[in-house]
Amino acid sequence: MSTTTTDLDALAATLRAAIGADRVISDRQQLRTYECDGLAQYKVIPALVALPADAEQCAAVVRACVAAGTPFVARGSGTGLSGGALPHADGVLVVTSQMRDILEVAPDDERAVVQPGVINLAITRATSPYGYYYAPDPSSQQICSIGGNVAENSGGAHCLKYGFTTNHVLGVELVTPDGDRVRLGGRAPDAPGYDLLGAFVGSEGTLGIATEVTVRLTRLPESVRTLLAAFETTDQAGAATSAIIAAGVVPAAVEMMDALAIEAAEAAVHCGYPPGAGAVLIVELDGPEPEVAAQFAQVESLCRENRAFEIRIAADDAERALFWKGRKSAFAAVGRISPDYIVQDGVIPRTALPEVLRRIGELSAERGIRVANVFHAGDGNLHPLVLFDAAVDGETVRAEEVSGAILDLCITHGGSITGEHGVGMDKAKYMPRMFTDDDLDTMQLLRCAFDPDGLANPGKVFPTPRLCGEVPGRRKGVHPAQEAGLAEVF
Amino acid sequence: MPADPTLDQLRAAADVVRTAGQHDTMAGAPARYVAAPRDTGQAAHLLRAAAALDLAVTFRGGGTKQDWGSPPRRLDLILDTTALTGVVEHAAGDLITVVRAGTRLDELPATLAGAGQQLALDAPLPGGTVGGAVATNTSGPRRMLYGTVRDLLIGVTLVRADGVVAHAGGKVVKNVAGYDLGKLVTGAYGTLGLITECAFRLHPLPATAAYVSRTVDDPAEAGRLAGTVRAAQLVPTALEVDAPAGERATITVLLEGTPAGVTARAAAARRLLGADATDADQPPEGWARYPWRDGDVGLKLTAPLSGVPRLLGDARAAADRHDLPLALRGSAGVGVLHAGLPGASDPQRVAGLVDALRATTAALGGHTVVLTAPAPVRDRIDLWGPVPGLELMRRVKRRFDPDARLAPGRFVGGI
Repeated sequence: MSTTTTDLDALAATLRAAIGADRVISDRQQLRTYECDGLAQYKVIPALVALPADAEQCAAVVRACVAAGTPFVARGSGTGLSGGALPHADGVLVVTSQMRDILEVAPDDERAVVQPGVINLAITRATSPYGYYYAPDPSSQQICSIGGNVAENSGGAHCLKYGFTTNHVLGVELVTPDGDRVRLGGRAPDAPGYDLLGAFVGSEGTLGIATEVTVRLTRLPESVRTLLAAFETTDQAGAATSAIIAAGVVPAAVEMMDALAIEAAEAAVHCGYPPGAGAVLIVELDGPEPEVAAQFAQVESLCRENRAFEIRIAADDAERALFWKGRKSAFAAVGRISPDYIVQDGVIPRTALPEVLRRIGELSAERGIRVANVFHAGDGNLHPLVLFDAAVDGETVRAEEVSGAILDLCITHGGSITGEHGVGMDKAKYMPRMFTDDDLDTMQLLRCAFDPDGLANPGKVFPTPRLCGEVPGRRKGVHPAQEAGLAEVF
Repeated sequence: MPADPTLDQLRAAADVVRTAGQHDTMAGAPARYVAAPRDTGQAAHLLRAAAALDLAVTFRGGGTKQDWGSPPRRLDLILDTTALTGVVEHAAGDLITVVRAGTRLDELPATLAGAGQQLALDAPLPGGTVGGAVATNTSGPRRMLYGTVRDLLIGVTLVRADGVVAHAGGKVVKNVAGYDLGKLVTGAYGTLGLITECAFRLHPLPATAAYVSRTVDDPAEAGRLAGTVRAAQLVPTALEVDAPAGERATITVLLEGTPAGVTARAAAARRLLGADATDADQPPEGWARYPWRDGDVGLKLTAPLSGVPRLLGDARAAADRHDLPLALRGSAGVGVLHAGLPGASDPQRVAGLVDALRATTAALGGHTVVLTAPAPVRDRIDLWGPVPGLELMRRVKRRFDPDARLAPGRFVGGI
C-alpha cells in the first residue's frame, strides 16, 4: 500500500477541496506534531492530517481515503496509552478535536449529546449544575476526548461500581469505513437489531469514526465518603479489599498503591500519605446518605481488622482531592524516581492479587528492574509501572521483558492483557497469547463486515490482518424481497 | 424404517440426534431433526456436519420464546441446548460465574445465593435458559440498577455456523482486549452462532428490600411520579408501572440495601409518591412478568425517560380508540414498557394499534417491537418496525453465516 507523492498530492487536493485548505496539514514539520499518541515510544509521521469541522466533513475525508485506497487513523486528544492512534505512514490521520461542541444536555432524559472531540470532564462540568455527571473517569479525564473514550472503551477508578464507557454510551453516529454516516442506538434503550453499538464501543477505531455520541448521565450522589488506609504490606491491603467485597459492599472505588508508588507520589505531589506505609488503600463509597453511613462504618472496621495502622477519613472535598491527588498523579510521578518507565495495564481475578504481586516482586528482583504497583484493587486491574534507565545498556530490553512477563502472569491467572488502555499497536502481539487463532478470526469477521478493505486503523488490535475476500454471496440465493420480510415462505 | 443418510451423518457427528416430533417447531415451522449436544465440542461437530449437509439450524433452550420473532424461512435441525447445563465455575471472591448456556436462569440462585451473591437478571418467563435470555436479550425491573445482559455478560463461547468454536471477553469484569462479541450475540436470536457458555459478573445479594407502591387513576400520572422518584436521591433498584386494561395504574419503587438505609429510603419514597403510598417486603403480583400469556400479542415499547408519561398516556388512549384491552407494564425508570393484548384480538385492529404505537414511539425517539403474536396477527404486521443500521447488520450476518442457515428470517429485516 505504498503511496506515491503524486497520489498523496492528489488526495491532499481532494481533501482541501472537501473540507477547506486550513483543515488539511501536509507540511512535514507540522505533521511531526502528530507522530505519536500518549504512548510516545512508537512514532510514525502521518502522510496527511485532516481536521474535519463536523460529521459531514469527517465522512468526506473517509470517502476520499476510500476512493484513493488510503488508510486512515482516527485521533481524539491523543492521550491513549496503547498506540491506538499511532498514525499510518502512508495514511491520513483524522483528528476529531475540532468537533468539540456539547450539542444537548437533557437532564430529564438523563442524556447528553456531544461531539467526539468534547473532553470527558467537560460533560460533567456541563451537567453537574443539573445534578448529574458523566461517570467514566479515566485518569486523563481533564484532557481525553469522548471520541477516544468510545474507541478504547475507557474505564477509570470508579468503574468498579459504575461500569465502563460501553455502559454509558447509548448512541453514536459514526462514519463507517465506507464513508457512510450511520446512527446506532439513541436516546431510548434497546434499539431493535444487532447491538452494533456494543460492538463498536472499544473497537479502537477499526470499525469507523464516531462523530456524535449520546451518553448516559448519572445522578450526582447524595453522599460521598472516602477513607485512606495505610498498611504495612500489600497482602494486608489486599486482604482488606477481599473482606470488603465479601461483606457485600460495592464501593465506588478501591485503589491500592505500593511503597514504591507512594514514594513517587510523595516526591511529585507531596500528598502526605502515612509515613512507613507498605501499601495504601483509598476506598470511596457513594450513594444515598443512610446507605453510605452504614457501609462506611463497616469498611472502616474491616480495614482495622486487616491491620490498617492508620485510617484517615476525608472531612471535605479538599481532603478527598488530596487523597486522590497521589493516586491520580502516580503514572507521571514515577518520572521523579526513574528516568524512564513503562505503564503496564493488565487484569487478574482479584483474588489472585497476593500471588501475582509476589511473582512481580520476584521478576523485579531477578531482572534488577524496579516495579511500582498502582491498581484498581476492586476489579483486579493492575497498573505496574516498570522503571528503567534507557541510558544504561540493556535496561530497556530487560524492562520490556519484565513488562511482557507481567502480562503473561495475567493470562496465566485467567485475566486480560488490557483492562482499559486498549490493545492498539502495543499489545497486538500479545493477542494470540490470550485468544486462539479461531477467536481472532471470528472477531475479524466483524471487521470484514465493516471494513472489507482494511482501511480503518490497520495494524491495530490484531497481529495478523484477515483477508476478507469478496463479500460472500448466498449459495441458496434467497430472494431480496424474501429477506426483507416482504414475502414469507410459510 | 427407511434409511435416512442425513440423520446418519448427523449421528456420526455426535450421537445425540433424533427425528423431530410434532412439538419440535419454531414459531410454527416444523423441523426434521433435533440434536441435544452435551458440550461445546459436540455442538461444534454437529454444526460442522449441518454446514456440510446444508441444513438450516435454529437453536432452542427452554423453548419459552419459540413464538417470538418470525418463523424461520427454512428449518431442518433444532439444536437443543437443554443438555448443555451446569455451573462451570463460581469464583465468589471475584464476583463472577461461568455457566453453560442450557442452564435454567431460575436455577442459578441455588448455586449463587449460598455465597450471598446473585446474577442480577430477572427472568420474565419461568423456565428460560441462560442462553435464551442472552439470545433474546430479556431482562426485568432490576435492569434500572444492574443493567441488562449486555452489562452483565463478560465472556462468551460461541460455535459459528461453520462449526468453528470461538471465545470473546473472559472471566474478569474489566477487559478491553479484542472485540466484544458477547454484545454482538446478545439479542441476535441465534442468527450469528450458538452460545454454549457465558461468563457473568455477579452482585452481592442485598440485605433488605422494600417495595413502595401507589395506585393512581391515570397511567400517565404514574409515569410522572416515576420522573419525580428518578430526580430524588433514592437510587432505586427498579421503578415499575403496572397498568392492566380497565384498571387503575400502580407505580412501584424497589429499594434495596442495608436495613437502616432501606427504612430511611422507603420513608422518603412514600413521601414522594403521596399520602396513600404503601410499602411491602414482597413484590406486587405480576412483578418481573410480561403482561401477556402464551398465545397473546406481546409488545415492547421504548422511549426516552422524559417521554414515558406521554407513552403511557398515548398507548392507553390508542388502545381505547381501537377498542382493545391493552395491558401495560414495565420499567418507567429506564424507558421500556411491555404491552399485552389477548391473542384472539382482531388482527386488523391490532395492526392499527401497532401503527399508532409506532407513531408515538417514533415521535419520542423510541421503538415499538412486536415480540410475539399469533400467526394471523403476525402475518399482518411488521414485527420489528424501522431498524437503524440495518444494512450494516446484513453485512455482519453475511460474514458470520454466509449461507443464511442459522434461523434465517427470524430476525430484523429478514436476517
